[in-house]
Amino acid sequence: MSVSVAPAEVERPETGERAVPDMPWVTIVWNDPVNLMKYVTYVFQAVFGYPRPKAEKLMLDVHHKGKAVVSAGAREAMERDAEILHGYGLWATVSHDS
Amino acid sequence: MTGKGRRSHGADGRDLSLRGSETEHAEAQVARFRATPDGVTARFAAPQARIVRDLVTQIAVLVSGDEPPSEPGDLAAELGLSESTALPDDPVLARLLPDGYAGDPEAAGEFRRYTEQGLRDGKVAAARTVLDTLPARGGRVRLTEADAQAWLRALNDVRLALGVRLGVTDDFDEPGSEIDPSDPRSAYVWVYHWLAYLQESLVDALS
Repeated sequence: MSVSVAPAEVERPETGERAVPDMPWVTIVWNDPVNLMKYVTYVFQAVFGYPRPKAEKLMLDVHHKGKAVVSAGAREAMERDAEILHGYGLWATVSHDS
Repeated sequence: MTGKGRRSHGADGRDLSLRGSETEHAEAQVARFRATPDGVTARFAAPQARIVRDLVTQIAVLVSGDEPPSEPGDLAAELGLSESTALPDDPVLARLLPDGYAGDPEAAGEFRRYTEQGLRDGKVAAARTVLDTLPARGGRVRLTEADAQAWLRALNDVRLALGVRLGVTDDFDEPGSEIDPSDPRSAYVWVYHWLAYLQESLVDALS
């Protein structure tokens, strides 16, 4: 399986700080001292198709709070998101939102 | 995260000029990407090209490292499954191939089994794209959108690796500030800064 990290054209649930209640899995991106802020914003736009303001807000959440929920949904979809983000060098984990 | 690609290094990048044995090229601008009607382009002096090619090659060798070549008919390999389920011991590899679950070794192991080989292959492929598009003697580089995506990821992998080796652990560290000038790693401090500048110029060119 090759990591073809073209932007996923999948429709995604609206996310941000909150998770969709009936699909309680989330992808979390953790802060790290190397990734460039602009790059992280770019990756959120490219991977999730988020508009720039939302991508920037998530990036700043990661930067200031140490982590941010960047997507929510079914477990398999979150694992795919984490896999794609690892391809970009972001530190992402899947978690059950509880 | 850091905003350093932009912050502390002049827009013309001259403070990142190559030094030491590379002084014949000290006049050369450090490479950066620009959006042109021709696509995303950059011009690399020979030593700059050599450094980038050397570093992405090191990453490719590292991530493709101890995986035995797959035998024909090795179904697991063909499906992209890997035997490894544990976080690599090498801190650079651990950063490049991180766990997909925090605090749940079993889920992390299963995730790794299904994703790690693909992740390794993707990193090698990105490195190969850089080697295929960056002439060994330097010169003009012109990237398609897909090439540029590969470059972004490959440059990021190199920066992550250098970050680990240089001990960059805090957003507010000045990378390399605690490394003695006699330490061989000190030569890589400016490379780390330059690659941030180069990567950010590529993000800007794509935005």
